[in-house]
Amino acid sequence: MKAVVIGCGRVGASVAKQLAGDGWNVTCVDDDELALTRLGDWRGGFVVGHGMDLDVLDRAGVAKADAAVVSTDGDNSNIVIGQMLQLRYGIGCVVVRIFDPRRADFYAERGLRTVCPTKTSIATLADIVRACDAAPVGSAS
Amino acid sequence: MYAIVAGGGKVGANITRSLVQMGHEVTLIEQRRDRWEQLEAELGPIVLQGDATELHILERAGIARPPEILLAVTGDDEDNIVISQIAKEGYHVPKAIARVNDPRNQPYFDVLGITQTVCATSGLLGLVEHEVPEHGLVKLLELRGEGLELVELHVPPDAPAAGKRIAGISLPDGAKLVSVMRNGVGEIARDDTVIRPGDQVVAILKPGVEDRVRRAVVG
Repeated sequence: MKAVVIGCGRVGASVAKQLAGDGWNVTCVDDDELALTRLGDWRGGFVVGHGMDLDVLDRAGVAKADAAVVSTDGDNSNIVIGQMLQLRYGIGCVVVRIFDPRRADFYAERGLRTVCPTKTSIATLADIVRACDAAPVGSAS
Repeated sequence: MYAIVAGGGKVGANITRSLVQMGHEVTLIEQRRDRWEQLEAELGPIVLQGDATELHILERAGIARPPEILLAVTGDDEDNIVISQIAKEGYHVPKAIARVNDPRNQPYFDVLGITQTVCATSGLLGLVEHEVPEHGLVKLLELRGEGLELVELHVPPDAPAAGKRIAGISLPDGAKLVSVMRNGVGEIARDDTVIRPGDQVVAILKPGVEDRVRRAVVG
């Protein structure tokens, strides 16, 4: 099974390594060549270029990909690349990172698999505080 | 009419000035603080500072009314696509027109359902080709939503169509000659119009048959 990871920052690189470890044939795309160093001893594919550039996507082999993770640092780039991979290349499993919670919800309602780290952080931070022994001001007698 | 303009660069600012002059109600959204200050000093409170791809900014601009038209004219194509999608799909704005900055991104607009786009680079290139016809066929207008385009053909002396009546030219299905320009005068094409070398012929056609039309008319 082939996967492409568009945007090879900390998140993209780690996801790529995990998928490769699970036996996926993974190709990464990043406009910075140095992103390759995040992948360590990498045996998968790596294409230097902007993720919106259709030639770059073609070189990364999106036409034959079964899954795609889109995690560049731009929400809107991720949104449009993710939709392109679904609609034009017919990739069944496209996962898109979107930092802005409202845009993440908007596109999730329209059939995009979105992951919003901001929402996860908010929930986790609030839950940890709630789990502490400290009580809010005014609530204790 | 109420219009929202996203992006206060030269294009967005000039469109806003014109719409205001025409008496329309406009909100202009500009993200950069220094540029927003300039525009606000000139145009007043109709200029809103913020990222027009954020839903709460669009809501403050009145996207939910909704406006009759939204113009997504920022310098980033991905932003223009997202703004247009949110306007059309999220708030049922009847008309969203998007600027294409990099013509290589046009497929994104087409595939993601942004049918009304304007690309200055492609437009200028079309004009240049009009002056210097490379292959005898120039695209004048693409009606993407309708699936039609207008092209102009330059008829050289040895063209297969030269000397023929229009009825006698075998064009593919989905193509029709509409006018013939000769010595600076345009005439509506009729079945008995005879094509002559030097003519500029305008055809309306379905995308994809350009080459067959060119072979039939220009050679």
